[in-house]
Amino acid sequence: MPDTAILLEKTCLTLDGNAGPVNVLKDISLEVPKGESVGMTGPSGSGKTSLLMLLGGLERATSGGLNVLGNDLTSMNEDQLASFRMRHVGIVFQSFHLIPTMTALENVATPLELSGHRNAFEQAESELESVGLADRINHYPSQLSGGEQQRVAIARASATEPDILLADEPTGNLDAENGEMVMDLLLGLSGRHNAALVLVTHAENLAERCNRRISLHDGRIG
Amino acid sequence: MQFRAATRIFVRELRGGIRGFRVFVACLALGVASVAVVGTVRSSVEEGLSREGSSILGGDAEIEFSYRRADDAELGWMRSTATRMSEVIDFRSMAATEAGTETIRSLTQVKAVDDAYPLYGEVVLDPNLPLADALAPEDGVPGAVMQPSLANRLQLATGDEFSLGTQPFRLTALLEREPDSIASGPLPGPKTIVRSEDLAGSGLLGPGSLFTSKYRLLLDDPVDLELIGNEAKSLFADRGLQWRDRRDGSPGIRVFVERVGAFLVLVGLAGITVGGIGVSTSVRVLLEQKTATIATLKTLGARGNTILAAYLMLVGFMILVGVLLGTIIGAALPLAFSSVIAEFAPVPIAIAVYPFPLLEASTYGVLAGLAFSLWSLAGTREVNAASLFRGGVGGVRRLPSPAFAAAVLALAAALIAAASLFTGAVRLTAWTAAGICGSLLILSLAAIGLRTLLGWLARTRLMRGNALLRIASGSIGGPNSDAVPVVLSLGLGLTVLASIGQVSVNVNNSISNDLPDVAPSFFAVDIQGDQLQRFVDLTEGHSDVTDVETAPMLRGVITQINGRPAEEVAGNHWVLRGDRGVTYSDLPPEGTEITEGAWWPEDYSGAPLISFAEEEGEELGLGLGDELTVNILGRDITASIASFRVVDFSTAGIGFVMAMNPTALAGAPHTHIATVHSTEAAETELHRLIGREMPNVTLISVKEGIARFAELLGKLVAAVTYGSGITLATGFMVLIGTAAASERLRTYDSAVLKTLGAVRSWILSYLALRFAMLGAAAGSFAILAGGVVGWAVVTRLMQFDFAFDAVSAISIVVAGSLISLAAGLLFALGPLGASPSRILRARD
Repeated sequence: MPDTAILLEKTCLTLDGNAGPVNVLKDISLEVPKGESVGMTGPSGSGKTSLLMLLGGLERATSGGLNVLGNDLTSMNEDQLASFRMRHVGIVFQSFHLIPTMTALENVATPLELSGHRNAFEQAESELESVGLADRINHYPSQLSGGEQQRVAIARASATEPDILLADEPTGNLDAENGEMVMDLLLGLSGRHNAALVLVTHAENLAERCNRRISLHDGRIG
Repeated sequence: MQFRAATRIFVRELRGGIRGFRVFVACLALGVASVAVVGTVRSSVEEGLSREGSSILGGDAEIEFSYRRADDAELGWMRSTATRMSEVIDFRSMAATEAGTETIRSLTQVKAVDDAYPLYGEVVLDPNLPLADALAPEDGVPGAVMQPSLANRLQLATGDEFSLGTQPFRLTALLEREPDSIASGPLPGPKTIVRSEDLAGSGLLGPGSLFTSKYRLLLDDPVDLELIGNEAKSLFADRGLQWRDRRDGSPGIRVFVERVGAFLVLVGLAGITVGGIGVSTSVRVLLEQKTATIATLKTLGARGNTILAAYLMLVGFMILVGVLLGTIIGAALPLAFSSVIAEFAPVPIAIAVYPFPLLEASTYGVLAGLAFSLWSLAGTREVNAASLFRGGVGGVRRLPSPAFAAAVLALAAALIAAASLFTGAVRLTAWTAAGICGSLLILSLAAIGLRTLLGWLARTRLMRGNALLRIASGSIGGPNSDAVPVVLSLGLGLTVLASIGQVSVNVNNSISNDLPDVAPSFFAVDIQGDQLQRFVDLTEGHSDVTDVETAPMLRGVITQINGRPAEEVAGNHWVLRGDRGVTYSDLPPEGTEITEGAWWPEDYSGAPLISFAEEEGEELGLGLGDELTVNILGRDITASIASFRVVDFSTAGIGFVMAMNPTALAGAPHTHIATVHSTEAAETELHRLIGREMPNVTLISVKEGIARFAELLGKLVAAVTYGSGITLATGFMVLIGTAAASERLRTYDSAVLKTLGAVRSWILSYLALRFAMLGAAAGSFAILAGGVVGWAVVTRLMQFDFAFDAVSAISIVVAGSLISLAAGLLFALGPLGASPSRILRARD
């Protein structure tokens, strides 16, 4: 396994908008080694989330190179990308995106079950304990507060011990206290699993807690 | 209430488009259209029968007598009243022909006519001959025509000879069509037409023979049929006369059409109920989507009632659209297919737009639409703005307030009352309503139970390690589950089919398998008194005959009970409709079980006494000592009830409602009836022997009767099954609506699952399993509900034994799974193809 977790070379992303094609990301080149945390800031619409989606294989690069853990994501089809995510990537969203029909425990166990983990539920329970939610495992998302939901989302993202953690404004819907707690958890996980962490945030103070900061402006790293 | 504000909100909502109401309108329109189509076809048949009354009846009016011809006084009155008259005599007999050394015999319904027949229309023959020429004697042998099926069975070609009783006839042509065939109704055998005068030497119309004579009258037009009918009835009131006229040429067919029509309308009501579930689901989904709008309006000061009124107007408008659309489709479909319907209809049919059935269907549609909408609409007023915001999609549903619940119940009661009024079948409607409500209750409880069970199972260790099953179960058992509408809509349609399946299989089993074990092999009727001993000797002497029973047989009409007209006292009971079998005996026949009173002493010769069937007596409200006036062969006999006895009609044996003491019927000409239990081989041999020695005796094979009944039952079941197909089609429509409404949720689930690493085939498997599980559950509950309904109909209504039929049950579960799967997978493409990043970012 190479030491470079993420390698982007002149990567571009163009999406179809209502008024025609929009160049969302322009010639992005970036290298993130394993275990490094990168805080990504920039104004709204600068392409931060799109870059994160690209790294997670949720968007397809229009041109340029996109290599993650030695795999060329541009040559993979949708199902291969899904399998790749299952093995290597954990994603945390601003709006948590928990499945509403599943309890906290089930949400966390799902990626483990999908990857064929034998003790998915025991592992999921342990992950929830590690984020301080041992007493909330049988609650549905609608029965949890925002901070609790985000902690479930972090437990879910880290359950498969991914090599890459992607977090999109994970504290955007939380108060300061919960935001700090979530950051502690993310950085702790990254360190524990030697995972590369790419964090998208508007908060300068959170970005500063990462090993490295990059800033995006109009689809370019600047 | 802020009425103007409510109107403005309604108009703006309407302006915003009606896409969300497509399933609502479709469900309602489908239900209304099905009832309107059935009603229109029923009205078309009734109108057709009414317009063609004279042709169907064979005259402007008809007077019928049982087992006798009109006497001189009656004939005199008919001749003085009518401009033309025709006599037709109907009876059953055996047609026989020699084929080499063998004699082939077959039951036939003989129609003996005079030269005036037919007064209306014409008889169509093959080859195309006038009827008079076809029936004319040639070389001393009279002519006859018969239906092709009988000619085939007897292996006869035109020009061949056959016999009826002792009279030979020559088959001169095949009977293609007769103008008055419909009025006869379904007959036990194919028809043969001969001239009455040619039967004089046949020995078939002897004293006591079972025949009917009909006198068709051609009257001056216009005539007052009511007046003439009343005159006939008053002049010959005590002569067993039955009057019919062209206003209702075939009451049997009309009643049959009315009943089948009423039954199909009630099946249509089940369809409307299923549509109502679709309506309710659509309104609920709409209100969930409008939560933000409603909450905003409330924060801006709109009152709960204003919002309720606005959405009530919107829903009311959509009900009108659905009902109007359904009415137009229901009126247009029969018109569009009028030539096809007219070609296949066995009766005259006048297809047109009839307001009554359209009004009937519209009434059901409006009442059902309102009842099911109100249930969901009630929530808008109960929930405050803050909770609407907080609840978002799929907030906790509350039961409607007592006022709304009362309004819904009142609308449901109005729907049942309207159905009773329109169909005229109050009991049937009440049973159907109870069946639908009971099924809905069973299905609702089952759906809630299913949701709870699967939700619980998904959280237990049992399902750990099987992500597909666990996530599918959790999705059905978790919040925002669509289990209730899916199970209700699909389940009710499948319940109707399951009930029909259980009833038809059990009735078929009883008729085709159980009945032959207890029923006699064949009946023999019209055995003359001097033939009885020989008949008994022939049959009992055969080594393969296990039992022979005989009884004197007369037929009589109960005209009065305790001196008052019978129908006035006891209503329209089947025993009072037409003539019933009457027998006599000195001693109670072997095995008779007297339940009340006592049999008359041997050689009793006092005032006439009667022993009446216990169950029927109870239904008629009769008691010991009551006096019955029975018209037998035109003579009134008044007898007191001396006893009640058990009569079992279910074994197809000899069962007389009435038995009298012998002297009461002294002198009345009569024949005997016999039942014979034998092997199949012996039956064939006995038919040959009896046919040769007693050609006047008619033999009716029970096996053939059962086969004919099973065939008729099969056709009826098929008609009802097709009718109930509309319920299933509406259920499918509701499923599509439910699947469409939940597509957004499934797309979101799929997007998250894809993010977590699920591949598309896995997601497709998950969606397929989810919908198949829901369908299988709906099917299983339908088997339960259908089994209960089937059991009730078979054991309580039809009084047969019930055995659960697994084959039809399994097919219901498979059908349920496939239908649900089909509806679900129609909406799987969206979730499968959606880009997770777009879906998830749109929610951020």
